[in-house]
Amino acid sequence: MANNVAVSYEQLINWLRLIDESLIEQRAYLTELDAAIGDGDHGTNLARGGTASSAKVDAEQPEYIDDLFTLVGMTLVGTVGGASGPLYGTFFLRFATSVGHRQELTPGQLAEALEAGLGGIVDRGKPDLGDKTIYDAMEPAVRAFRAGIQAGDVASAARAAADAAATGRDATADLVARKGRASYLGDRSLGHIDPGAASTALMFDALATALA
Amino acid sequence: MKKLINDPADVLAESLFGLAVAHPELRVDHAHRIVYRADPKPHGTVGILSGGGSGHEPLHAGYVGLGMLDAAVCGEIFTSPTPDQILEATKTIDTGAGVLHLVKNYTGDVMNFEMATELASGIAIETVVIADDVAVEDSTYTAGRRGTGVTVLVEKIVGAAAEQGRDLAEVAALARRVAGAGRSMGMALTSATLPSSGKPNFELGESDMEVGVGIHGEPGRRRVPLATAREVAAMLVEPILVDYSFNGEPAVVMLNGMGATPLIELYLMFGEVSALLEKAGIRVARSLVGNYVTSLDMAGCSVTVLRVDNELLGLWDAPVSTPALRWGL
Repeated sequence: MANNVAVSYEQLINWLRLIDESLIEQRAYLTELDAAIGDGDHGTNLARGGTASSAKVDAEQPEYIDDLFTLVGMTLVGTVGGASGPLYGTFFLRFATSVGHRQELTPGQLAEALEAGLGGIVDRGKPDLGDKTIYDAMEPAVRAFRAGIQAGDVASAARAAADAAATGRDATADLVARKGRASYLGDRSLGHIDPGAASTALMFDALATALA
Repeated sequence: MKKLINDPADVLAESLFGLAVAHPELRVDHAHRIVYRADPKPHGTVGILSGGGSGHEPLHAGYVGLGMLDAAVCGEIFTSPTPDQILEATKTIDTGAGVLHLVKNYTGDVMNFEMATELASGIAIETVVIADDVAVEDSTYTAGRRGTGVTVLVEKIVGAAAEQGRDLAEVAALARRVAGAGRSMGMALTSATLPSSGKPNFELGESDMEVGVGIHGEPGRRRVPLATAREVAAMLVEPILVDYSFNGEPAVVMLNGMGATPLIELYLMFGEVSALLEKAGIRVARSLVGNYVTSLDMAGCSVTVLRVDNELLGLWDAPVSTPALRWGL
């Protein structure tokens, strides 16, 4: 059955490369979103982290998926700074712990890893849905991925996750921020997309491309 | 953007290089972007560490030295430092008596210091989060009050106490007491421009000002028409007095420039602010007027009022020798 096809190491490393490429490409867009309701450095910080983590991966070429994602998580924690560094760093570190020492993942194992990563975001940032954060895009995306692999193949599950993240991202425009620097604006954060939700949507779009 | 820089990506590294040359009494770890005292405190004294995003100079590196911080960890501009930097500084300044982390209340700073503490096994660490900005009215639906001007006063007073050899629990309790007794409120005439983005973070019209800004060039609570210094002083002082009872006690008052406001205006503002405080029965026991917690090239100012007693005043007057504060020697 299609939904038991394993996700390979190559697909996952391609996912990371695609994230990195889109962060560099969308750097100005993310920074613009952040300037509207934050301090205007989200794109710069993530692009710096993505470039650093790709360089580390190229240099060390870890053989196993857990080592790969541990390296990425540690590099992000060590280079991004701000709130997004610990949040995305924790996401990938928990992802790595969940995966264990493997070179490929079943769709179920990938769903578990994404859920573990999401759990890391919850522990680190203590967000609620509707706070106008990364979580508003990531929670529906991870949920859609789980539902997707139960219904069909991993490629369509990843596409559904990317769509859910994009919907979650767009919905943050109608929310008043209650976490992070944007929360200081009160109602003035309305009408603006959350930059963290936007970078999360890029991440899941890259996953859909990598698993297509 | 008009700035005295070479390349936007090198601003922090090159600024730390200059700091090291200008201040041989400091030691700069360029790889980790940490500023230490060249002469560490004696063994058995509590290490005092602070840090945060850069762009607020002299905060924090300018407060490293005798009677104040043992080290400052420098993040990228307006971006919290990372856990590995914080961990490195913590390990280096621990002389066995533990380390106090002084953290301004920003989501990123709190998370990165928290991760560093989780990684620092075997070192006693206390963390005090400073949240003094009364512009944040509703802390239930926000990330809580921001840490601003009171940070400088906490670093000074707690630094003096650590110098006396007080233990970690005492020093942390003192930090919490000082952080709880001070309030700040700021305003901006212009936004700040990050070297990496090249344009102002928000646009303020010629005849507008932003009241309740933080220190990251982020917009504040409300935009109002430009007013006189006397009116602005009232907009800053009133919310502070409403929020905390200063009860006719003496106070340390800081009139802080945001980076691009000349001293002549800061002193003018201080005159207005002190008159309002006097009217409210608050005696200005000590004062600081100048650029202490800046926001790059933002124009504007903030007011910080700290209620003090004789013990706190004694610690305030204790000798300090740092690039930005120096007296009593």
